[in-house]
Amino acid sequence: MTTSSIYLPEMGRLVQVESMTTLEKLFTIELPGGQSLGHDPGQFVMVSVLGVGEAPISITSSPSRSNGSFELCIRRVGDVTNALHGMQAGATIGVRGPFGHGFPIEKMRGKDVLFAPGGLGLAPLRSLINQVIDERSSFGRVIVLYGAKRPNELLFRDELDEWIARDDVECHVTVDRGDETWDGHVGVITTLFPYVSINPRNTVAVTCGPPIMYRFVLMELLGKGIPETQIYLSLERRMKCGVGKCGHCQINDQYCCQEGPVFTYAQIKGVEEAL
Amino acid sequence: MSLWILDKGAVAPLVNALRADYRVIGPQAKGPKFVFDPIEDPAQLRLDYNTTILPPKKVLQPPEERLATFSMGSEPRVAPVVEAEPTVLLGVHTCDLHAIQLLDKVFSTDYPDAHYLERRQQTIIFSIECLEPCDEHSFCKSMGTLTAGEGYDVHLTDLGLAYAADVATEAGKALLTRYGTVREATDADVRRLNEVMGAKWPRFTYRLNFDAAELPALLSMAYDHPLWDELGERCYACGACTIVCPTCYCFNVFDETNMALTEGERWRRWDSCQLDEFARVAGGENFRAARAARQRHRFMRKGKYIYEKIGELGCVGCGRCIRACIPKINIVDGFNTIHGGG
Repeated sequence: MTTSSIYLPEMGRLVQVESMTTLEKLFTIELPGGQSLGHDPGQFVMVSVLGVGEAPISITSSPSRSNGSFELCIRRVGDVTNALHGMQAGATIGVRGPFGHGFPIEKMRGKDVLFAPGGLGLAPLRSLINQVIDERSSFGRVIVLYGAKRPNELLFRDELDEWIARDDVECHVTVDRGDETWDGHVGVITTLFPYVSINPRNTVAVTCGPPIMYRFVLMELLGKGIPETQIYLSLERRMKCGVGKCGHCQINDQYCCQEGPVFTYAQIKGVEEAL
Repeated sequence: MSLWILDKGAVAPLVNALRADYRVIGPQAKGPKFVFDPIEDPAQLRLDYNTTILPPKKVLQPPEERLATFSMGSEPRVAPVVEAEPTVLLGVHTCDLHAIQLLDKVFSTDYPDAHYLERRQQTIIFSIECLEPCDEHSFCKSMGTLTAGEGYDVHLTDLGLAYAADVATEAGKALLTRYGTVREATDADVRRLNEVMGAKWPRFTYRLNFDAAELPALLSMAYDHPLWDELGERCYACGACTIVCPTCYCFNVFDETNMALTEGERWRRWDSCQLDEFARVAGGENFRAARAARQRHRFMRKGKYIYEKIGELGCVGCGRCIRACIPKINIVDGFNTIHGGG
């Protein structure tokens, strides 16, 4: 039977596997024939470890830096991600996608962009942050407020340092609890907000993190007067197909894999199953 | 397209002839109930069945099916599996026929699903007109599925000694005339058919206290209705209601491997939004943890969400979820409660 199946993964090759923290690794993947993944920031792929299963993973590399490969920052937390953590460069994994609606970068051009990722939420936002930095002149101010629980849980530390060093990016990093290695800011992510004053009407905010974080970050963003239609969130859901059929990712009437994973706050405001 | 007459005595020879070239599936008795299963002997076929435990969706979207085979190791390979064979599906009631049309839309919209569609394309459907309700739980009349104008290849109506066979497709006509012994309907047959059709309507009752077309709007105002907590208290979260539902198509995907871990298969299996882990992510967060929220989700899908996605109500009034529910959650009562009409 030659009929093509939407569930058939392509076989990609791990060209680099880099430990980031005790829980997260960064995987660089090449598709067959060096073909481009062709993704937008904020989209995700379904990643297969044949024999173990398949899981949705957001793409962390920016399309502007594709170089014939793409990157996934993956926490080991389930069967598939634990299997991935056991794999070395040179191994083959399955990839389907990219799927979903990412961040609408065209609606952000000309505006100030405020990023507020928490923990692993930096992974999907990094794709957009680097795209924005690579097209820096198309945007107003670029602000990154990043929070993690502990210093050793901070992701992409080299890149954070680069962003902090740049004159045209305002990057502030905090940890909930410090340790002897940490001389930076201590406190939850919302304690970074007083460091930046913004022009709410001209600001687009982008946030991603654990469900508990959204509540407090949203209060800050809304409290600053940023319109609900200019606040973007990327939501995590269980997914088995990625193409709007299996039902697992449904948030009330919306399929997170199709309408999302990026939503505006206006879209999900009052939607009980969203946050 | 055309109306033919199939004598009841000609059904068994037709089924036998079809079996030479097709997998023939039809309703047959299983204990005190009925199921859709392959017909090995025409005597098994029970076109006079009331309802089946599982709907005929199981023929088009099997409870479990292989999506792919793969080899493991350093150079893993994966190949798609699309399992379909020429099939004749006999005796589909019109509620289930409406449900199949809904599944057709779901699996052909946006990202076409070759596994379903290939099987669907190789399936020829002989549906049958219901002349009386399956039982007290049927509410097809309320859902507008009491009859069907499309979605079948051949549609049978019991005229007593013979079936009227309304042929809607070339495939249906070819099958009926090549494998069966039929004659063209006369004016007298048409009059008899009209009598039978006219007589059936009063035997069915409307069981919703309102027009089903109001369901999406009613449910959009019922998100915080106290009904959900009441259902959540009673629900066992067993998933039976969704498993027997002809329009529930949600699925899980999982891998199976051989003992040597050298090769395996990727499967999909019916899943249920009523099960606790359905909306739980790997990190542990469960976005529909309460049974009340899961029952609400089922009602919303049946009466609102699916309609908004593909333009068809997700409930066809077959009554299977009511029959299957041990704590007797009744979707008709639920919809009526939301309407508030008493």
